[in-house]
Formats: sequence, C-alpha cells, structure tokens
Amino acid sequence: MKTILGLAAAAIAFAGLAAAPLYLGTYGIGLMIGLIGYVTLASAWALFSGPTRFVSLATVAFFGIGAYTVSAFYESFPPLMVLGLAALIGLGVSLLVGLATLRLAGVYFVIFTFGLAELIRQLVTWYEVNITGTLGRYLFVSYGPEVVYWQLLVLCAVTFGIGYLIQRSRLGLALKMIGDDEVVAEHCGLPTARVKLALFALSSVIITLVGAIQAPRWTYIEPTIVFNPTISFLTLIMALLGGATRLWGPAVGAVPLFLLFEWLSANFPDHYSIILGLLFMAIVFVLPRGVLDFLEGLTARMKSERSRQAAGTAPEHGKGRLAEGEAK
Amino acid sequence: MTLMTALIAGLVLGGTYALAAMGLTLQYGIARIMNLAYGDMIITAAFAAFVLQGAAGINPILGLLIAVPGGFLLGYAVYTVILAPLVARAPNRGVLEVDSILTTFGLLFVVQGILLVLFGSNYTSYTFLNEPVNVLGATIAANRLIALILALGLGITLYLLLTRTRWGTALRAVAVSPQSAQLVGIDINRAAAFAFALGGGLAASAGVVISMYQTFTATGGVVFTMKALIVVIMGGVGNLVGALAAGLILGLVETLVSTYADPGLTLAATYAIFLAVLLWRPQGLFGRAVR
Repeated sequence: MKTILGLAAAAIAFAGLAAAPLYLGTYGIGLMIGLIGYVTLASAWALFSGPTRFVSLATVAFFGIGAYTVSAFYESFPPLMVLGLAALIGLGVSLLVGLATLRLAGVYFVIFTFGLAELIRQLVTWYEVNITGTLGRYLFVSYGPEVVYWQLLVLCAVTFGIGYLIQRSRLGLALKMIGDDEVVAEHCGLPTARVKLALFALSSVIITLVGAIQAPRWTYIEPTIVFNPTISFLTLIMALLGGATRLWGPAVGAVPLFLLFEWLSANFPDHYSIILGLLFMAIVFVLPRGVLDFLEGLTARMKSERSRQAAGTAPEHGKGRLAEGEAK
Repeated sequence: MTLMTALIAGLVLGGTYALAAMGLTLQYGIARIMNLAYGDMIITAAFAAFVLQGAAGINPILGLLIAVPGGFLLGYAVYTVILAPLVARAPNRGVLEVDSILTTFGLLFVVQGILLVLFGSNYTSYTFLNEPVNVLGATIAANRLIALILALGLGITLYLLLTRTRWGTALRAVAVSPQSAQLVGIDINRAAAFAFALGGGLAASAGVVISMYQTFTATGGVVFTMKALIVVIMGGVGNLVGALAAGLILGLVETLVSTYADPGLTLAATYAIFLAVLLWRPQGLFGRAVR
C-alpha cells in the first residue's frame, strides 16, 4: 500500500512538473532546466558513488562529452540519433576508465577521474585547433527551451526509476555489500569489478545525456564552457548534502543548493567558489551522511524518548545513542 | 630545438615534478591524507614568488627562504585545524580516505577562488636570470639550470634527512605501519602533522622553482596535483627515490612529446603513462607490496 501511494505521489509530482512550461515565463523555464538538470546529475552520480563509496570527480567530463557531441553532429543527424551517439561515446569512455581503475583500490579511480575532465578538454581543444581549425561552435536548434525541459524531465524520471529498481534488486544488495566491505563481498562470490563497472557505465551515460540535452541552451559552445569543473563540484556537494545512499537524497540536496548557487553567482560572481568550498567542507564535517540521514536519526531519537516517557521511565543516554546508531 | 636541449629541458621539468611529488608522497604515505588541493598550494607559492619579485624586489632564490617556511606553517595549520578532527573521528582508513578527498576537494575551490580574486585568471610570469648558458653543447636559460640544481639539491637533502637521521627513521616507521610505530613510542599524530607540514614546504619550494621558468594561472593547480599524483603512484606510494625517478621520466616524456609532437598533447601523454602503470604495475615501478 505504501509503495503504491509513493509511486502515485511521484507520478503526480512529475505530471505537475511537466505542466510547468505552460504557466512559467522564459526565465522560469530556464531556471527549471538548470534545476532538473542538477537533480538528474546528482541522482545519477549517487547511483554509482553512493552505495560503492567510490568518489567520482569526473561528472563534467561526461557532461562535456555529451554537450560537445551534440554541437558537432546536430546538423548531420536527427536529434534523437545525436543523443544516442552521445550516450554511446559516454559509454565507451566510461568503460575505458572503469576497466583501467575499478579492479584496483578506490583511490586510483578518484585520481583518474580527478584529471579526466582536464584531459578531455585539452584533447578537444587540440583537435579543434589542429584538425578543424575552429575553437568554439554555434548551435542553433529548431525547438524551443520547453522541449529541452521535457527531455530532461523524462531523463530525470528514468533516473529515479532505475535508482528505485536497483535498490529493490539483487544488484542493489550487491552494491551495498561492496560499499560496506569489498573484500567480504568478493569472498561471497560477487563479481565486484563487473558490478562496479556496470553501475559506473550506467551513471556516466545518464550524465552524458544531461549534457547532450542541455547543449542547445548555450547556443555557443567552447571547451572551457562545457568542461567547467564547477559542475563536478556542485553535483558532488548536492548529492552529499541530501545523502548519496538514498533515492531522494540527491534531489533534496540539489534544490536548495541550486537556488543558492544561482543567487551567489548573480550577486557574488567573483567569490562564489570560495563560499561554496567552505560550505562543502562544512557539510563533510557536520553532515557526513546527509540531511535525510540526520533528520531520520533525530526523529528516531524523539520517538524512542516519547515511548519511554509513555512507559514512565526516564530517558537514558546510552539508549538514545543506540537509536542514533541504528538509524544509519 | 635539438635533442640535447630537449633532454635537458625535460630533466629540468622532471626535477620540478619530482620535488612536487616528494611532498605529496609524504602527505599521502605518512600523514595518510590524499590532498587534492596540493597543486593549489604549489600555485600559491608561485604567486608568492611573483609578488616577492615584483613588489619587494626579492629574487626567487631568497624568496625560497620565505616561501618554504610559509608553506610549512600553512600545511601545519591545514592539518591541525581541518584534517586532524577527521583523522580522530574516522573509524578506519577507508572512511578517512573518502573524507580527506572530499575535504581537500572543497579546499581546492577555496584556494583557487582566493587566487582568482587576488590575481585574476590570466597567465602570469616574471623574468629572472633569462640568460643563455651553454651546457654540453646545448643552450638553455640560466633560470632552468638553477631550477634543476635546486630541485635535485632539495630532493637529496630530504632523502638524507629521512634515511640518515633518527627523526626521519621515525617518520618512515609511521609510513610502514602506524600501529607498530605507536608501540615503540612514536607519537603518530605528531608525525602525521609534521609530515603534512613538510609536504606543504616541499609544495611551496616546487611552486617557487616552477615560477622561475614557466607561466602559471590561478586555475592551474588541478594539473599539478594530477601530475604529482601520477608520479607518486608510478614511484610507489611513500617511496622518495621512486618519486624522483618517476618525476624525471614524466618530465622527459612530456618535453619530448611537446617538442616532437604537439604541446597540446602533454597531458594526454601523462595520462597514457598513468594508464600503462595502472594496467601493468599499479603498485608503482618501485613499489613492493600492494596497498
């Protein structure tokens, strides 16, 4: 019963969001595209990095691959085929990265993804300067921003659907085990490297598609624009603020942080990266498992205290702490 | 550019990379902190040398006497204020690794943001001893020669300190096994703070050396972190001689690629080396045990 209600609520929410362009102005649609884009990015990032705890710093590498593929091929193929092509390229790159690093300790993966965006940016720049002779491309599509918004919304819904199904499946269980203790997981006969590779590829393809769908919003595309490291950074802090191990966690983190970022970049264009950096460090310190986890721990503690008062016993410190421990 | 000139230029670059990587290998090998803001500490020192040279008229070699203790103190402050609480709360090494990666990733944006506000995003450089010197028939700028001598001198001094003194032996003991080091009366928290600070000092020296012969920007830290990390892994984590050798190899390969192929492909060459190391010897060319 609870599941059906939850699914119905999600369906109504997405239907409401789909109707948004009918009553929002141009600015509103632009804002919603950014917002849904980041919700999708953070959710896709958490799909892999949440349960496995392999921190990927390469979000913008895949995002940029998507955007650049569209700018290079949108004139030669129909729009959906271009999106498919972008997804294929994203898949290829993610498999290459995954095959090289995911069978090793997590730190190799982090290091490899850390410089990946810079590597691809330099390669694209080199290719454009030496082979095509132009740096920067104009991108004029025939459809308006509401089509971009609807495409993103579908991708967002699909991402949540995948996240929901994974949590309920054997794959989700396998991922949790890898995150808790990879050695034990391997001894239980789990093909850990293959599970990680599949999830990383899936998450990367979604991120690539977000970049590909959003590309027409820029009209002018250049490597420094679409490979901007701030995108990786924002995705990471959004997912962590909400809680990367939960289905709705990244979305809960993405909405307030996106609005904060919009406000900061409009009012403090020179200082926003300092403010965001400090905020991010504060999140790692104070809420290492995210807001949702923190709130759940709080309510669990309040509930246990209330039931104890009803039974007529005084709250004990040890028990309160136990409830907090159980909540994780 | 003749082959000889390219080789010497490669050695200069490699010496600088080795210097940078030695600091990072101390921070990661002994203090167990994966510091993604390391390259930004290098860039900060490069800007410090630029300011000292331009505003105060202090040449970069004397500037080292200010920048290196400054980097040491900054590293010490970063460790005790930001990282020590994370070390204290982490139940195991895996959690500490994720926490330190995330925190230093945030720090990277803070440092970069401050540098951008202070200096803008343009490429910066200054001229220092840009006179040609003849070495083995090849002509190179005097500043590059000094950079190579400084890098090798500092690297060898550090190596001797770590291998020949009681104090260095204690640090290496912590690198090998923190638990056992405690049993023989080594304060591992103090050793970690000290190693991290020493890494900060080395980052500062690498920054000053780089600024003598290269242009740099406020956003260039990521690439330096990346290269230092690759050198550390190639040399084996915690291995100073390995870092020295791997740094020289990386510098040579990069210079040869930028001379004979294209300067835009140097990072690609770096990644190609990294990929080869990951596939062939992930424990490093000179590393022994898998971590």
